[in-house]
Amino acid sequence: MQTEIEKTRARQRARHHDFLRTILIIAAFAIPVIAALSLYALYNGSLDSIQAFGLGFLTGTTWEPNPPNGGPPILGALPAIYGSVVTTLIALLFAVPISLGIALFQSELAPRRFRLPSIFLVELLAAVPSVVYGLWGILFLVPFMSTHIDPALVGSLGFIPLFTGETNGLGMFTAGIILAIMIIPYGAAVMREVIAAVPRSQREACIALGGTTLETARMAVIPYASTGIIAAIVLAMGRAIGETMAVTMVIGNVARISPSLFLPAETIPSVIANEFTEVAGNNIYLAALFELGLILFGIAFLMNLIGRVLISRITSHGRSFVHV
Amino acid sequence: MIRMSDKNTKRNVGIVALVVVILAAVAGGYYFTTNNGSTTQMTSEASMSSSETSMMSSAYQPTTAVSILGAGATFPAPLIQTWTVQYNKLYPAVTISYNPIGSGGGIQQITAKTVDFGASDAPLSDSQLAAASGLVLFPETLGGVAVTYNLVSFGVPNSTVLHFTGDVLAEIYMGNITKWNDPALTALNPGVTLPNTAITAVHRSDGSGTTFAFTNFLSVVNSNWSSIVGYHTSVTWPVDKTGTGVGSKGNAGVAGTVANTAGAIGYVDVIYAVKNNLAVGAVQNAAGNWITPTLQTILWAAGNATGTPNPADLRLHIVNAAGPQSYPIATYTYILIYRDMSANPSTTMDKAQALAHFLWWAIHDGQQYSTALIYVPLPANVVAADEQLLLTLNYQGTTLLTG
Amino acid sequence: MFSSLRARRFSNRLFVVLATLAFLVALVPLGSILYETIVGGYAVLNRDFLTQITPPIGGSGGGILNAIEGSLVMVGIASLIGIPIGLFAGAYLSEYPGRIANNLRLIAEVLTGVPSIVTGIVVYVVVVATLHRFSALAGGIALSFMMIPIVAISTHESLKLVPSAIKEGGLALGISRSKTLVYILVSTAKSGIITGIALSVARIMGETAPLLFTALGNQFLMTSVFDPAASMTVLIYDFGTSPYPSAHAFAWGAALILLLLVLGLNVIVRIASRLKPTVAI
Repeated sequence: MQTEIEKTRARQRARHHDFLRTILIIAAFAIPVIAALSLYALYNGSLDSIQAFGLGFLTGTTWEPNPPNGGPPILGALPAIYGSVVTTLIALLFAVPISLGIALFQSELAPRRFRLPSIFLVELLAAVPSVVYGLWGILFLVPFMSTHIDPALVGSLGFIPLFTGETNGLGMFTAGIILAIMIIPYGAAVMREVIAAVPRSQREACIALGGTTLETARMAVIPYASTGIIAAIVLAMGRAIGETMAVTMVIGNVARISPSLFLPAETIPSVIANEFTEVAGNNIYLAALFELGLILFGIAFLMNLIGRVLISRITSHGRSFVHV
Repeated sequence: MIRMSDKNTKRNVGIVALVVVILAAVAGGYYFTTNNGSTTQMTSEASMSSSETSMMSSAYQPTTAVSILGAGATFPAPLIQTWTVQYNKLYPAVTISYNPIGSGGGIQQITAKTVDFGASDAPLSDSQLAAASGLVLFPETLGGVAVTYNLVSFGVPNSTVLHFTGDVLAEIYMGNITKWNDPALTALNPGVTLPNTAITAVHRSDGSGTTFAFTNFLSVVNSNWSSIVGYHTSVTWPVDKTGTGVGSKGNAGVAGTVANTAGAIGYVDVIYAVKNNLAVGAVQNAAGNWITPTLQTILWAAGNATGTPNPADLRLHIVNAAGPQSYPIATYTYILIYRDMSANPSTTMDKAQALAHFLWWAIHDGQQYSTALIYVPLPANVVAADEQLLLTLNYQGTTLLTG
Repeated sequence: MFSSLRARRFSNRLFVVLATLAFLVALVPLGSILYETIVGGYAVLNRDFLTQITPPIGGSGGGILNAIEGSLVMVGIASLIGIPIGLFAGAYLSEYPGRIANNLRLIAEVLTGVPSIVTGIVVYVVVVATLHRFSALAGGIALSFMMIPIVAISTHESLKLVPSAIKEGGLALGISRSKTLVYILVSTAKSGIITGIALSVARIMGETAPLLFTALGNQFLMTSVFDPAASMTVLIYDFGTSPYPSAHAFAWGAALILLLLVLGLNVIVRIASRLKPTVAI
């Protein structure tokens, strides 16, 4: 038994709702449009290279865009993949223990008054732009490494093939160090959240049995949070692989696969950054760079998928520990 | 209605308002500038269409506000950027921005028609010219490629001029000569104690006309190099495989890496070596003499090797030039432009006119800035040939310049 | 577990020391970066630096006005595009949960993990090659591609935190769904949403790779958004990798200004969001 006014109001409300709903849907679909556009542009751009090299692109070690006497380009991504993998491993080697230490410090050890400031300070590390890291890297860290750290490492550990080679500061080792610094805040933030999500009962049980803070952490907290910690590592790894500017500025930019950590090398993003504007009408070369971009897109997708699946398994109320 | 605490709301709203105001101010500033630019542009375009077939007089003064974009080689960048700044002082309406992204980049972007003009140290190959039909090139300046090295920490100061031959340089970059005290090097430099240190051979990691000139020279004088590596804006350096090659981006990068690496050798444009106080070596020329790159020795190379330039094809090779004092690694550097400037959809008639006027200015008045920046002014016969080419520049048939 | 009490106490103390050390170790590079940037940038900061355009490469004098202008304009364009779309997208994710929303959310999260250089080459193909022009607009679009997923996710998260009782209260009172969303949900989550937006602005202000192939660079001030644009980040990259000490000094100066803006925005946002919204029911 609605009156006319009520009927009009209901209709108006429905129209508002429909109007709003349309806007929301349009906006939301911008996201898959961006993703589809990116995939299409990357795939379309890579066709020449996929046709020319096929799967051999991933295992080829020669990067020769302009062979002598005008032959067709011979391009293989393995040196870039190798550099990406090694620098990421170096970064994780340093960043994982430090991130874990920071996360434990912030959640278990820090006095309550210092907890928020300590979180804030570490997050400032994430706020520094990548190119500023690169500038600091190239003008401060590279000379520092080449005069103090690298020669010492070569001198003491030179019998390991990893630590041979001329050290001028540019190379996978320095790049790995900078990457480690850059991914620490992300790893620490996610680890802290998963550690904080461990129920109090677990901790209290351990303390009731007379455990020290270390034992509580070791036996009650970390095993419970282990899935989340792995997720944090995966997310940090994804960030490290995709990092462009800071790495490009300190890695030396040579297509090379060598055990030495101190020789100039390259990563997948650094190749794109350096060579995208250089192709000079060479279509297969340009397509190869797009194919590298496609590989990066795929890696980002894979890393994210693994990380999110791991996180969703441990969250109870659907809250995501996403740090963008 | 449910409210949050007012203090918090006010603070947040204040921050957002501040950000919005700043963005609005910036946007507003551009709106006004754009409006000013576009109205003048519209009136002059109207007057242009009525005189489509008439030729522009050289009394043409660029007064329409235009913004022109060029990109390409890093070698001539200091000169071209000085030109654009000086030209802008003469004709404030015309802003020409030149972006040094490498010779390869210049060729790529002008072929893709995303810039109004390109610049490259390497002359385009026939196939590259075919890919960008209607593209022409002309030299706007010339310079030399210097061989630089860093042995300061080994007691060889930068003032010491080491001697190199093309063969020795080829062997170094092929990874066959690996130490500074190799007999081949000590034989060329009897008065110098070269250390027993590995040679770090620095080269360009990006597509570069400097690489083109350097590898062109090596190919001409060393047949091994010619068959194994060849010459191009970017090559595969055999020395990379042996582990002592380093790629750096731009002339700048190579100069910087050599400066930072004891025992390094590299090739850069003369200017970067001079400005960075790097050591510069003497290279043996075709006549057998040891020549260091100076404005004079490069000019002699140009004089001896240029001959009579043909405006139809201004690609001039002057490496390993004859003549007693010619520097063997000298190179012209080229501006790349479409003969019919309407080929680039975003080049308007106004831009084409201003650009043509600028290029004419550059090969005449612009040359006065060369020497101070350590570039070699164009020889007179090259300027004459360039003039012939510039006079053929047109926009959909309308010639842009008269004599 | 059966080790002596002293051993356990010792290992516990070691743990405390190591964890604290880890925290301090992370602060060392932060301190070094701040120190180097302030010292290097301060030397070159003067009125000319902020009011003149860049000199010819390797030349002397001049400033970074064109770079500051380019950065602000492109961040402005990206914000104009990215903030509304991201906001509405996040609201959709919160208003219409379900399989589609879950998938959209996953795609958004993947997009935030895509390296920014990939975004750059995509926008090169889509905008620059199509318009035959490098432009500030292309740079702004590239930045907005990065901004939209970030804002959408943070908006979604903020809206999710609003207790459902509040939303249901609004609907129970007969307020239309759209009004509920705008006046009740969004205003309750305002603090979180604004934090997310401000952080995303700070993030894209520091991006370099997307601008390399889209905005290219400009020696002069822009005359329109269709002109190529310099930016502080690309300037830091170009000048930092050149061999001229004067260019290095400029790079530090630009880095200082950039850090002030980015870190300043972060600090303001963190302080402002500390005051949690109190709901007066």
